[in-house]
Amino acid sequence: MNRVPKTLKTLNRITSISFAVALYLVFFYAPREAIMGDVQRIFYFHVASFWVAALGFLGAAIAGGIYLSRRTRKWDQVALASIEVGVVFTFINIVSGSIWARPAWNTWWTWDPRLVTATIVELIYFAYIMLRQGIEDLDRRARFGAVYAIVGFISVPITFLSIRYLRTIHPVVIGSANPNAEGGFDMTSRMRVTFFFSLITFSLLYATLLWHRLRLERIGEKVQALKMKILSA
Amino acid sequence: MGQAPVTPSRRHAAKAYLRALGAVLWKDVAAELRSRELVGAMLIFGFLVILIFNFALSLDARTRGTVTAGVLWVTFAFSGTLGLNRSMAIEKERGCFDGLLLAPVDRSAIYFGKVLGNLLFMLIVELLVIPLYSILYNINLFIPELFLVILLGSIGYTVVGTLLSSMAVQARTRDLLLPILLFPVVLPLLIAAVNASKGILQGFERSEIMFWLNILIVYDIIFTAVGFMAFDYVVEE
Amino acid sequence: MIEAKKVVKRFGLKVILKGVDFHVKRGEFVVLVGPNGAGKTTFLRILATLSRANMGEIKIGGFHLPRDAASVRKILGVVSHQPLLYGDLTAEENLEFYARMYNLQNVSERVQEVLVLVGLQVRRKDLLREFSRGMQQRLAIGRAILHNPTLLLFDEPHSGLDQEAAAMLDNLLREVAAQGRTVVMTSHDLLRTPGLASRVDILSKGVIHVSLRGADLEPQKFPELYRSAVND
Repeated sequence: MNRVPKTLKTLNRITSISFAVALYLVFFYAPREAIMGDVQRIFYFHVASFWVAALGFLGAAIAGGIYLSRRTRKWDQVALASIEVGVVFTFINIVSGSIWARPAWNTWWTWDPRLVTATIVELIYFAYIMLRQGIEDLDRRARFGAVYAIVGFISVPITFLSIRYLRTIHPVVIGSANPNAEGGFDMTSRMRVTFFFSLITFSLLYATLLWHRLRLERIGEKVQALKMKILSA
Repeated sequence: MGQAPVTPSRRHAAKAYLRALGAVLWKDVAAELRSRELVGAMLIFGFLVILIFNFALSLDARTRGTVTAGVLWVTFAFSGTLGLNRSMAIEKERGCFDGLLLAPVDRSAIYFGKVLGNLLFMLIVELLVIPLYSILYNINLFIPELFLVILLGSIGYTVVGTLLSSMAVQARTRDLLLPILLFPVVLPLLIAAVNASKGILQGFERSEIMFWLNILIVYDIIFTAVGFMAFDYVVEE
Repeated sequence: MIEAKKVVKRFGLKVILKGVDFHVKRGEFVVLVGPNGAGKTTFLRILATLSRANMGEIKIGGFHLPRDAASVRKILGVVSHQPLLYGDLTAEENLEFYARMYNLQNVSERVQEVLVLVGLQVRRKDLLREFSRGMQQRLAIGRAILHNPTLLLFDEPHSGLDQEAAAMLDNLLREVAAQGRTVVMTSHDLLRTPGLASRVDILSKGVIHVSLRGADLEPQKFPELYRSAVND
């Protein structure tokens, strides 16, 4: 009864294949960037992981809204799973950006608006997870989670805007706040293909991970229910 | 049931709404006038924060000009969480929150009543910190525009803070949780408030100050709407 | 007055109420008894509009819950084991506050009236936190009847009271109920229960087992019936 559903199996396969293809494209198909060299190849997965994280957080805010109007636990699970995936990919995004920034900007960390915003986003969703852990009652946990997922998501664009404005009028010490100014490049068509393929691959990855995470949640719930049945018998 | 309640006219309903809102505000003020716990604690804490900054940043005449805005807003934000936590703890203490919810009024009346109370206490603390800071560092902070920034910043802060503290108070970790929930979300507000204040104190260009004021206003409007809609979901079970 | 059908309430995966049927006519004084954790408080909170049932149908005074919660709140007075009053306000101020929340007219007259009724007129200018538990509970009853509700819900009002205070509270409860109000009270105090009630329902393991009235409520009979119902 808890067998992996067929569609999910297929999805697993498609995702792994396209991930392999994406890796090939990134390393062999896409040309070596003239100025930065091989380190530029990080760019494809770096942006793709941002894409997944953004998708996750947007998905969580929407799922939160649906939960509040319908009160079906499924939507809370979708929100939680999306945020967990989002948190992981934000982390990947920040770390890969950092690895790229070392040769490109000559520093691991800079107060670049995107970088800072990504970090704040990570903190918002850590807070989300902490909030959930602090509440025992499942319905209340879901309600508060939904409200916070929405509040947090709305604040992000305002944060980004303020930080960007701050940085454009006050130049940072190292490099420029605008990555296009230093470390920017024009995409060739091969680069573009690789880039979009990475985006699609990561979107698939998101869907796959989300599905697995939801299954895990449901199986966990079943175990819990069985445990209670046995204990009360 | 005996007599079916008459459907009140719209004006009637609006009056009842405002009356309930006013009642919530009034009882917070009445309780505070008696105990002076909340404002007192916020004020002392705020003073301590300034003292700590004084030694941490060695606020001498040269650096003072650039960091004053930052020090002020950190002080407001920190003492603000103290006030928000206390204000919600009072509601939890003897089950009062249930009492509020039992009243036949729209939940947003309760929300805005609490917001206004929190805002009032925050403004009082700010209006006492400002002259204190002015005296301590011999800086003139009595600039009308600065008060506008303080008002706008405090509105946004209490609007979000009241919503989040009513969630935090219902969690196991309570007062621990509020700053963690609140600070990442009010960060853009604080950035805007600090920079607007700095711009005013250092005489920046008007257009730059206006940008920050606009951010403050947008933030206030968006989150007042969010709080208005979300509070319902936070208090009902 | 109350018609509740097949009320189910879950907390996460735990089912607290497993289909409670509960009907109360106007003017009845019904006591819900049952062991701790039986779901009495949960059920009363649902009736009080403070919590929502997951399933089932509830009508109070002709209004549906949770849809018409606002209308139900107008005819409802609630006393819980917490007073729902503010420590830093005086007795009088507490009542004035709630009177405004209920949009009552002639606030001060009504407040004085209620203060006399609950016997706290002399101490009306004292802060609530200086009150004994019994006095707080009396004022809580005053708060609950301020807007002349037709239905009163009492959730373990005796908990934490000493003998004398509890007896005083009983008198007050009787007085309040005598004014034609419908009362539902939860209790785990078997000795006190029958004296007040016109009917006793036994709630155990999320279901109401029996309704007892009349002769069954006599002190020599009731505890026996209770034990057999709970151990079912």
